[in-house]
Amino acid sequence: MLRYILTRLGHTVLVIFGISIVSFIFLHLSGDPVGLILPQDATLEQIAALRKKMLLDDPIYLQYFRFLTSALQGDLGRSIYSHQPVVGMILERMPATLELAFAALAIALAVAIPAGVLSAVKRGTWIDTISMSLALIGLSMPHFWLGIMFIMVFSVQLGWLPTSGRGTFLQLIMPSLALGVSLIALFARLTRSAMLEVLGQDYVRTARAKGLSDFSVIGKHALRNALIPLVTVIGMEFGFLLGGAVIIETVFAWPGVGRLIVQSILDRDYPVVQAAVMMLAIVFVTVNFVVDLLYVWLDPNINIDGSAA
Amino acid sequence: MTRAEDQSPLLEIDNLVVEFGRVGSVRRVVDGVSLQLAAGETLGIVGESGCGKSILSLSVLGLLPSGARVAGGQIRLAGESLTGLSERSLRQIRGNEISMVFQEPMTALNPVIAIGEQIAEVFRTHQNAPRKAARLLAVEALRAVGVGSPETRVRNYPAQLSGGMRQRVMIAMALACRPKVLIADEPTTALDVTIQAQILELFRELRQEFNTSVLFISHDLGVIAEVADRVAVLYCGVVVEEALTADLFDNPRHPYSRGLLAALPQPDAEEVPEQLFEITGTVPAPDALPDGCRFNPRCPLATDRCRSEAPPFLTVGPAHRVACWEAGHGQ
Ligand SMILES: Nc1ncnc2c1ncn2[C@@H]1O[C@H](COP(=O)(O)OP(=O)(O)O)[C@@H](O)[C@H]1O
Ligand SMILES: [Mg+2]
Repeated sequence: MLRYILTRLGHTVLVIFGISIVSFIFLHLSGDPVGLILPQDATLEQIAALRKKMLLDDPIYLQYFRFLTSALQGDLGRSIYSHQPVVGMILERMPATLELAFAALAIALAVAIPAGVLSAVKRGTWIDTISMSLALIGLSMPHFWLGIMFIMVFSVQLGWLPTSGRGTFLQLIMPSLALGVSLIALFARLTRSAMLEVLGQDYVRTARAKGLSDFSVIGKHALRNALIPLVTVIGMEFGFLLGGAVIIETVFAWPGVGRLIVQSILDRDYPVVQAAVMMLAIVFVTVNFVVDLLYVWLDPNINIDGSAA
Repeated sequence: MTRAEDQSPLLEIDNLVVEFGRVGSVRRVVDGVSLQLAAGETLGIVGESGCGKSILSLSVLGLLPSGARVAGGQIRLAGESLTGLSERSLRQIRGNEISMVFQEPMTALNPVIAIGEQIAEVFRTHQNAPRKAARLLAVEALRAVGVGSPETRVRNYPAQLSGGMRQRVMIAMALACRPKVLIADEPTTALDVTIQAQILELFRELRQEFNTSVLFISHDLGVIAEVADRVAVLYCGVVVEEALTADLFDNPRHPYSRGLLAALPQPDAEEVPEQLFEITGTVPAPDALPDGCRFNPRCPLATDRCRSEAPPFLTVGPAHRVACWEAGHGQ
């Protein structure tokens, strides 16, 4: 088990290292920062001087090494406009984004797992048909559109919920729901098919033969096995949540990293964009590491030799 | 060995019919089976694969797969009918008064739950044992079926155990609440020969210790001979012969029983009784049953009557009954 965790940790570090290389390359391809920093009419001498000052004439591996060392010290450069360190700007907004993403994930799981289980258990009945039709509809609605619809109905028409901002629970409802709906649909369908497969297994029959209640047979013996494929997908879909947050945060004026990214793209504030993307990627990789740990808990057979039995 | 004769049956299956499918395409896979199991008795049920042994055994606890239903007959435990019971009442019997052990110990245990917990939940369900007590009872249950160092074994998952060990766990689980009846559906079929012998030995020991009645199902008469007091031979959902184990081996009446016996490895070639023969062909599907006696297309003794009229189940000796037109004349 320890070996498994260390292996996964090793992978995670390796992937973050890879992300740093890709980020560095993109930073490089996005153009000469000197041109952005200096005014349009700067002289060649001024440009050359700044290049020298920023050590841009060094070989590329040396520049990457410097980038990596300062990144490891928490320095990913400064905003071209505000001249603030970008890491600080991003960290300040990260909690809002994580709050949104995890709220959406929690809503998705809380609705999808019971719905998927119920559909599987009541397979072929109207409950199954209705919940799976709803899932299909949910899957086909883009979240930004859903967000706008929510605002129009619940804020503008009914006046129940605030249109934007962060701070209160009421403000969290619409953005997290808009972000979570398609995941509800996806997870519900996944839970249903995993449950259908598991319900036909011999060990479910054994559990019944022992005289256990339906709640225990389904909620314990079947569900624990059905959750294993679901957990894999959660890790993957967290990337979708972070990507979706970029748009949803803009729709709901949610003060997170996503909104910062959009604003910085419009401002051509590349260091901010690049660092924000890199940090979201690190969040994504970290979440996947946690998911791998969850696996150990769900599927004890992983413990045995570091791979699934 | 004749305990069956002098006691009223503990488990009674009376003219049971189990069907699959909807009106128009109904397949009867159990067709009028009647069996009695006395207290402390082990009744073997033998027949080739597809004869309906598993469906018959699952119907006792109301665990039939979806699509199957009991279409007629009664099942009684100590005189109380099980066939009309609600799910709720059945749950109190399952694992408590009647338990099952299945063929595949690999897939019959939950792969993601520790075996100790899988046993302990039986105690919690039926005896209201608190968590800690149930855990200790699980350790004792494992010890009772010959699992070494049960204190540490309880934390194992099925994948960490050998096939024989898993089957011991299944048996420990089934016997946890000292059921009156244990139904074992091919409990040794998936195991290799030495392990099979150990598990059969365990069945004999446990019977002596707990006096549990056992319905022991196998396609292998050799296995049945090791444990059963009495044997019922099942063919295409019908009991074709029923006898004390020794009688069936000494004096098999139904050509199908003789065929099954002939298929056993003979320890002493000179003693092969001449009335034995190889069965050819395969079990017909339940939707393609022949008229008359169901065995007639594969039977070397079949006559015109066998092909048109199903034979009655007649007594031919003490505790010995057979459904065959020719069996009575053959001896
Ligand atoms: N889930 C099922 N759906 C449809 N038919 C089934 C199912 N299970 C068993 N049967 C049919 O019922 C008959 C008896 O099967 P089974 O009781 O499993 O035989 P045995 O245990 O003697 O090998 C077979 O013809 C089989 O095809
Ligand atoms: Mg079977």
